[in-house]
Amino acid sequence: MRSWDVDDLLAWDERIREKVDQFGLECFPQVFEICDEEQMLGYMAYHGMPAHYPHWSFGKSFEKLKTLYGYGVSGLPYEMVINSNESIAYLMRNNSLCLQILTIAHVYGHNDFFRNNYTFQATHPELTLSNFKSRADRVRRYAEDPAIGADKVEAVLDAAHALSFNCRHNAGVRKLSPAEQRERAIETARPPRDPHQDIHPTQDAPEPNLRRIPLEPEPDILLFIRDHNPYLTTWERDLLTIVHEEAQYFIPQIETKIMNEGWASFWHHRIVSSLDLPADLQMEFMVHHSQVVRPHPGSINPYYLGFRTWHDILRRCEQPTPEERERYGGPTDGMATLFRIREVDRDASFLRQFLSGRLMREMDMYEFGPEDDQYVVQRVADEDNWQQVRDTLINGVGMSGFPVIHIDDADYDGARKLHLSHAYDGRELELGQAEKTLAYLHRLWGREVVLETTLQDKPTRLRYDQDGFSSRPAA
Amino acid sequence: MANSQFRSFSADSLRSDRSAGDRARHRQKVRQAIRDNIADIVAEEAIIGRSGDKTVKVPIRGIREYRFAYGQNKPGVGTGEGDTVVGQTVGQGDQSGAGQGHGGNEPGQDYYETEISLEELIDIMFEDLELPDLERKKLRQVPSEHAFQRKGFRRSGIRVQLDKKRTALSRIRRKVARAETNAEAEQRFPFHKEDMIYRRLMPDTRPQSNAVVICMMDTSGSMDTTKKYLARSFFFLLYQFVRSRYVEVELVFIAHHAAAAEVTEDEFFHKGESGGTVISSAYQKALEVINERFHPSLWNIYAFHCSDGDNFPGDNDKTVQAAEALCEVSNLFGYGEIKPPGRGIFESSMLETFARIKADGFHALTIHGREDIWPGLKAFLQKDRAAQAVGGA
Repeated sequence: MRSWDVDDLLAWDERIREKVDQFGLECFPQVFEICDEEQMLGYMAYHGMPAHYPHWSFGKSFEKLKTLYGYGVSGLPYEMVINSNESIAYLMRNNSLCLQILTIAHVYGHNDFFRNNYTFQATHPELTLSNFKSRADRVRRYAEDPAIGADKVEAVLDAAHALSFNCRHNAGVRKLSPAEQRERAIETARPPRDPHQDIHPTQDAPEPNLRRIPLEPEPDILLFIRDHNPYLTTWERDLLTIVHEEAQYFIPQIETKIMNEGWASFWHHRIVSSLDLPADLQMEFMVHHSQVVRPHPGSINPYYLGFRTWHDILRRCEQPTPEERERYGGPTDGMATLFRIREVDRDASFLRQFLSGRLMREMDMYEFGPEDDQYVVQRVADEDNWQQVRDTLINGVGMSGFPVIHIDDADYDGARKLHLSHAYDGRELELGQAEKTLAYLHRLWGREVVLETTLQDKPTRLRYDQDGFSSRPAA
Repeated sequence: MANSQFRSFSADSLRSDRSAGDRARHRQKVRQAIRDNIADIVAEEAIIGRSGDKTVKVPIRGIREYRFAYGQNKPGVGTGEGDTVVGQTVGQGDQSGAGQGHGGNEPGQDYYETEISLEELIDIMFEDLELPDLERKKLRQVPSEHAFQRKGFRRSGIRVQLDKKRTALSRIRRKVARAETNAEAEQRFPFHKEDMIYRRLMPDTRPQSNAVVICMMDTSGSMDTTKKYLARSFFFLLYQFVRSRYVEVELVFIAHHAAAAEVTEDEFFHKGESGGTVISSAYQKALEVINERFHPSLWNIYAFHCSDGDNFPGDNDKTVQAAEALCEVSNLFGYGEIKPPGRGIFESSMLETFARIKADGFHALTIHGREDIWPGLKAFLQKDRAAQAVGGA
């Protein structure tokens, strides 16, 4: 272990940035903050943000991280990067020089990814810090307002946090304006164009119900409540906005975890390998690198899966097997392909296109499910099953890990009850969680809420009203 | 490409601990959760019978955050070591390593252990009781040595007691009072001796009181280990409670079968005896001890007797008499009849006999198992509160 000071880091950073330029990565300006364990835990609890609104859940998260770290259950990450322009990364003061070098190179990988991947385009990285600061100020102001107070703010935040990921999942799908939704409703109701309408009797066009709210099933639950519950106060609406905006900021990171970690690992490996490290540092680097990208038996290590997949894409472009050559042509410019993919994909599309059966077999991937009290392997990624295993994997990555729930009627029974549907895809909702979340939803909406879902293959209606929770088979 | 920048850590930089507030709030919620589960925790063997200032690990349900999530029935994907076959077990259903990782959105079981000191746990337990401060008996004034109370301000004092805010204000007042000489306004306006305001501290003397807990237990042949354990748990909590209220707490142990004797704590809990049961002998012994060493005008007396209620029938009248005499001198006198389920069906009970006692401050209760201990103590001490309320009116 070599000791280091900031001048060493500056010198290595200079060399790393040369490589970053040379390899064609495009990064935001980068700030590194060197911090101790306590600060790192603090940043982790607040998602890395220098300014963040207060809520007990962050205190919980801090305690939990600290406990796990204290008992040695989990180590601290080597680094943490936040998606902003300029990008901010935190380095651990106690790490060795070699780890700092690895980490700095890794950070530039993330930075390039944040700057270029399309899912991050709407996050306004130049405003990240000021947005978080502004939200923090607003929440504090409400909490300090004697007419509101911390308890009421906490109650709304608790409820909003529970629903924050019930929103549009795919950034690639644009939300239609109310006028466009109206137009589409009219369009859909119109009978299909009949080439023989002269000789056919006139068809009755069903009247589109334009009074229905929402016109189309609405996934953005917090925003919908904000805009359609007239009894909410201004500050309550603002809190819903704040929680929604924050979730929107983090969704791209959830959506690209595997790609992003794989990309950063791919680049730290490439950059540091090209630095001609002294022999002792080189050895240490190899050890750390293999720790980062090692498989975790029984689960998925995103660093490993991403790293292997990026490498496999590069190999396929540059040295295709005869079979691949026959199917896809080639060889092609691998790097150009990688750069294009890092712009236009997210984990789900990335894995669907590029996780090959061959690679899955190399990684010995399998699908498991609960049987009695145990998890048992149900499929391995062999010739016949690898696509199914891959699809199961894709179902669990990014926002696909969250159930899709739509609001489809805000005036259910003509009594302003809120009616929602869960798009059941074979995965059941956890009933305990659903009950508590519906309670929060009920609190925000102020009237009965009904959720249609499927439990044990039967359509089921979950309901929360002033008498509490009930669950019945749907009529 | 654009430049980068390093901000170095400086060890002595004043940092604001922004998580402090959120941690405190979380901690508060955890305390509330402990309070909500206190009966279960007390029923756990682990905390009973510990002495001293040890820490206790309390398993509690974390303060959970809820959202719509998939249940356990969904499949997951993992990577193996190259030899995975269908049908192979990869983890336990509950808290598996296999359950984690895929997707990373597992709701997870938010159970964790929180470590708190026994002292703190007892604090929380008695918060749960929501008892008002108990009556202070007429007592010695004991100046406690380390406590001081702020009482007003004075013009002279030592540096550490300087009240900076008031001093600054008094300087400003003096300056304003002299404001007519405007020409000097720009000049330095130093503090004057007269501006200095010091806090005045007085030794804090409060009435301090002492208490004695008299633990009486039936050690006749029918009191087996389980019964003794339940009795011990009860005495332990009673002692902790009394200790939290009084400066000095003495313990007296009286064991009885056909005859009563004062014994050590160890003997009290571990020595097996046999023979018949004469409860009045224990009460007489307690009265004796009180007369000799714990005068009721100086001591708060808490007496409690645990038995399985299998008394020698001829002794019952004498027992009631002695119990009434004990009630006269003590703050609270309680009788706990220990009847584990399935045993003692054919044994007699003292509860009916004790129903004759009309004295305030007497309370009888039945303990079937561990889970009755906390509610039992609560009821016992609430009796005390009710008595206080009547007495105070």
